[in-house]
Amino acid sequence: MKHILAILVENKPGALTRISGLFSRRGFNIDNIAVGETITPGIARMTITVEGSETVIEQVIKQLHKLVNVIKVSNLSNEPAVTRELMLIKVRAETGSRSDIQQIVETFRGKVVDVSPDSMIIEVTGNDDKLEAIKLLLDNFGIKEIVRTGKVALLRGSRVTREA
Amino acid sequence: MILAALEKEGVELVFGFPGGAVLPLYDTLYDAPLKHLLVRHEQAAVHAADGYARVTGKPGVVFATSGPGATNLVTGIANAYMDSVPLVLITGQVASQFIGTDAFQEADITGITLPITKHNYLVKSAEELPGILSEAFYIASSGRRGPVLIDIPKDVFDQEAYFDYNTECHIPGYNPTYTGHAGQISRAVKAIRDARRPVIFGGGGLIRSGASSVLRQLAEKARIPVILSLMGLGAYPGDGELFLGMPGMHGSVTANYALTEADLIVATGVRFDDRVTGKLETFAQNAKIIHIDIDPAEIGKNVVIDIPIVGDVRQVLEELLRKLKPGHTAKWLKQIETWQNKYPIPIGSSNPGGALKPQFVIRELSRLSDEDTIVATDVGQHQMWSAQHFAVRKPNAFLTSGGLGTMGYGFPAAIGARLAAPENRVICITGDGSFQMNIQELATVVNNKLDMTIALINNGSLGMVRQWQDIFFDKRYSHTTLKGSPDFVKVAEAYGARALRATTNEEATAAIEEAFATKGPVLIDFVVDPEENVYPMVAPNRPINEIITGGDY
Repeated sequence: MKHILAILVENKPGALTRISGLFSRRGFNIDNIAVGETITPGIARMTITVEGSETVIEQVIKQLHKLVNVIKVSNLSNEPAVTRELMLIKVRAETGSRSDIQQIVETFRGKVVDVSPDSMIIEVTGNDDKLEAIKLLLDNFGIKEIVRTGKVALLRGSRVTREA
Repeated sequence: MILAALEKEGVELVFGFPGGAVLPLYDTLYDAPLKHLLVRHEQAAVHAADGYARVTGKPGVVFATSGPGATNLVTGIANAYMDSVPLVLITGQVASQFIGTDAFQEADITGITLPITKHNYLVKSAEELPGILSEAFYIASSGRRGPVLIDIPKDVFDQEAYFDYNTECHIPGYNPTYTGHAGQISRAVKAIRDARRPVIFGGGGLIRSGASSVLRQLAEKARIPVILSLMGLGAYPGDGELFLGMPGMHGSVTANYALTEADLIVATGVRFDDRVTGKLETFAQNAKIIHIDIDPAEIGKNVVIDIPIVGDVRQVLEELLRKLKPGHTAKWLKQIETWQNKYPIPIGSSNPGGALKPQFVIRELSRLSDEDTIVATDVGQHQMWSAQHFAVRKPNAFLTSGGLGTMGYGFPAAIGARLAAPENRVICITGDGSFQMNIQELATVVNNKLDMTIALINNGSLGMVRQWQDIFFDKRYSHTTLKGSPDFVKVAEAYGARALRATTNEEATAAIEEAFATKGPVLIDFVVDPEENVYPMVAPNRPINEIITGGDY
């Protein structure tokens, strides 16, 4: 099963290496990872998607806690949470196929953010299913390149994942 | 500033080896009151600091230079990390402007030691130093102990900064749990009360937390037999009434049977290493397991736990002791006694005039030692024989490389022990393979007139590897015969140490007596039977009650 972990970490040199190193060293598989600042200066939030059984995840969380720079780890998969990921897709787009692509993008509430004579860049945000679906449809036109941010997630409701 | 911080932390002695990047640090040492032991290889400095830390309970401190100086520490750091030994390592680094340029003697030691330190730091400026030093000492010596490395660029040594040192520090992501959960402790009390075949299985955590005396009281009050891992030896007296020995691969038959048949295992400060559990699926299938450990990540890592208690082992055992009543274990203890009588550890008794047996040597060392003797072992057959035959009677008195299994650990660790406990007798039990991995430290012990007995169990081979070739590789002894070893007596004498040789039982006893009566380092070359193997033995990844016995009783 896939788990989404929110990790609050002191924004110090090497903190990211410590965390990613821990995963490879202990044989845990990271699906994806996203990092950014939080509202507290000096503290960053990492969202890591990791595959594994309950026992494996428990061990992952405990090992993460052992890292001195790690302040808090929450498993958001056990709670109702909003999960999103942003994807940019560069797709082959000759004059004839542009409107078809445009239609797909609109259906998925995406945006066309760049157009060139033979390609377009599409920006789309969503959960796994949605991103996979649009990828599949655009594949018919020829996808040239894809980049994804990795998932980010917040708990639903007023509860928060904070350092204290 | 660094020396001032060390003084605030109560450091009296550092172990090290100078070099270019730490020249400024060594210059301040020149007329400082702080004592420094110069070794002959940086690896020996870490192992010596490790031995010192195990005996004193305080962090061992090491200085080394950048590049090769720092990388030579790596094995010792990994060793201390595996055995949870508190160390603070200070390495020099090339000057800040050269970092990342492949400068002379540059190595990314914080990167290299990331997986084998509890935490590490690359200092950017002198202003950070007081805070980092204080954090390093706090992290190394609290919670589950471990090594912390501080890498300091050469130019930072020369910077001046305001020195405001606070030995107390607060780190947001670091809050070890010391007190056990009351509800879990009650569950544990009930489980112990209901048990008919309980055993205590203790490890290094007992020693690190100073829990030996409470363990003894608890075992005796509740009448529960005690099994100790290699790291736990000494936490309960090796000749104590309820002691069953070490479990696992070279453990006693009784300890392995007891773990297999137990209905309750009270695991304290252990991590269920593969050398202990054997095949995990068959380990202690009949038992409920209580696991007390300060490191939550150890609980449930290898073995499924019924009652987890996160906390300091000593504090939790004190709570348990308050609440426990004598248990109903008479029948169980009787069963255990039957096993003990039926399956003693083979002592390798030889025919009169036959080859000297290593077990005899260890038993004589044990017999002639007092209870305050500190033993440091290397790694291999002699290590297992020491664990089986040397009756360790006190905590912090058996220093061995348990987790990493580092050949070359014992001799420098004995040096650290010697300096940590000037009053106690120190014995280094080593092998001809292990000793040659740090033999250069003979210079250190001679130069500093360090009083110790080096008991070299010389079987002319890498005995433990040879034993596996014997049993699992059809006696194909690939590269385990140590041809070309020197005459160890002559080597020791060349360094200026006394040296003796023993080839028979009588010579062995006489040599030990003479060495113990001599001040200063004495090496005894015990030329032992090269065919002797360590028994009992459980093959790797087999059930621990599937025991290969052998040897003479």
